[in-house]
Amino acid sequence: MELLIFYPLAGFCVALALGVIFNKSPVGSAISLIGMMLGLAGIFVLQQAHFIAILQIIIYAGAIMVLFMFVIMLLNLKQGENEGWASREKNLLLSVLTGFLAIGILYKIWQVLFSVDMDTPASLPDSFGTVAVIGETLFTDFVLPFEVASILLLTAMVGAVVLAKTKLD
Amino acid sequence: MWVDLIITLVKIFFILGVTVAFFAPILTWVERKQSALMQDRIGANRADILGFTALGLFHIIADALKMFTKEDFIPDGANKVLHTIAPIIALVPALLTFAVVPFGGQYTLFGKEVNLVISDLDVGLLFVFAIASLATYGYVIAGWSSNNNWSLLGAMRTASQMISYEVTMGLTIIGVLMVYGTMRLPEIGAAQEDFLRWGFFLQPLGFIMFFTASIAENKRIPFDAPEAESELVAGYFTEYSGIKFGMFFMAEFIEMVTIGAIMTILFFGAWHIPFLTTATLLSWFDFLGTTGSNLVVMLIHVGVFFAKVVLFIWIPMIVRWTLPRFRYDQIMNLGWKILLPLSLANILVTGLVILALN
Repeated sequence: MELLIFYPLAGFCVALALGVIFNKSPVGSAISLIGMMLGLAGIFVLQQAHFIAILQIIIYAGAIMVLFMFVIMLLNLKQGENEGWASREKNLLLSVLTGFLAIGILYKIWQVLFSVDMDTPASLPDSFGTVAVIGETLFTDFVLPFEVASILLLTAMVGAVVLAKTKLD
Repeated sequence: MWVDLIITLVKIFFILGVTVAFFAPILTWVERKQSALMQDRIGANRADILGFTALGLFHIIADALKMFTKEDFIPDGANKVLHTIAPIIALVPALLTFAVVPFGGQYTLFGKEVNLVISDLDVGLLFVFAIASLATYGYVIAGWSSNNNWSLLGAMRTASQMISYEVTMGLTIIGVLMVYGTMRLPEIGAAQEDFLRWGFFLQPLGFIMFFTASIAENKRIPFDAPEAESELVAGYFTEYSGIKFGMFFMAEFIEMVTIGAIMTILFFGAWHIPFLTTATLLSWFDFLGTTGSNLVVMLIHVGVFFAKVVLFIWIPMIVRWTLPRFRYDQIMNLGWKILLPLSLANILVTGLVILALN
């Protein structure tokens, strides 16, 4: 039953992720990315992580991608106009770097894939993934990283405001 | 298993029937009548069948016929695929929100507990918010894919306005969930059985801000800068005709119902009648037996709930025909410089009061 939902969702995600890369128009890429995030949220729901799924939609699909679309539309990039934005050397450097990154991620996935016992299904408590449990974990076991992250976000916010303000003045 | 499935299907069809087939068309008529009343006109009485006008109700049929038969026009430079799916993307979130919105409490019917909500999600309130944030795309994609400057300007205004007011909306929702300590909408509704525990009394500022933000989210006058017919022709749906235009229209009216329902749940006691607990109501109809009394109380509660929803559709309508459109910079100022700090202060005060009471 779970696989019946998982495979279509995963296929949907992969197809749209490819769509992000191969789409010629930036708006098409952005829409594919939104769709992929929604699919990912579906997979999170399948893993009993409702809260994460909703956050995925609110933050990525709902907020960040709207800003992406906003900027793309404001610049109103036409099809193919994004080609040749970087020099050959820059492109090469970026390709090599992403290549290394991809190899690293694949290695990690490989490692995890063969260290996990796939045959015994994991048993989860009923409260797994509920807002109350996540809140409790965040504010007890992980309170330091949580607060550090909030300070980081606050700093970034202040920085963004300062940068925008100097431009205005 | 089968019984549960059937119950869920009945609930889904009830909600779809009430919103799409009843509220949306009726609201077009109410809007016409309301505007006529407020502008001292007679209004909406031209459509007639054999000279019989039925108070202008035939306009609903005339509208539907017109939308279905009109030419569906896609401009030359438009992105055909996106232009076609945009109205669908706009309409779906409006309907989807109802998945977690309860329209009644819990009743024992034929020895079975029936919960009048389609899906009682642990993250219900956040689900509403998430879906609301997705609604932006339909309008933005519509405006962009039309390849028309009016449309694009409308789309940009939609995106910035909806993002701005979503922030306020999200922060006011935090105040509500702090007070009730749950994100499940049925629990929030059930917690308001006591009249003095209604969200309206516990979060008065939150109510006013949520109300304002919801009108802005719905893009209705005085926040209708995205469509502003005197500046942008019709904004993001300038290039739409026929049933696709109708879908944008329908999305707007269904959103009104959705927002009215959420406002009723969060701030206006959901399905409860003031000073009348469910237990008292049940005891009045005790002579009908368990199922009978539960059934009667259920019908009363659903009726009360939708009456309140109608109230929260009607108030924005009065606002709409009373106020002129705000200027675009005024909308942004109100959102970022007034409502955002106020909603943050609201959270702080709510937290302090809860802390003091404990």
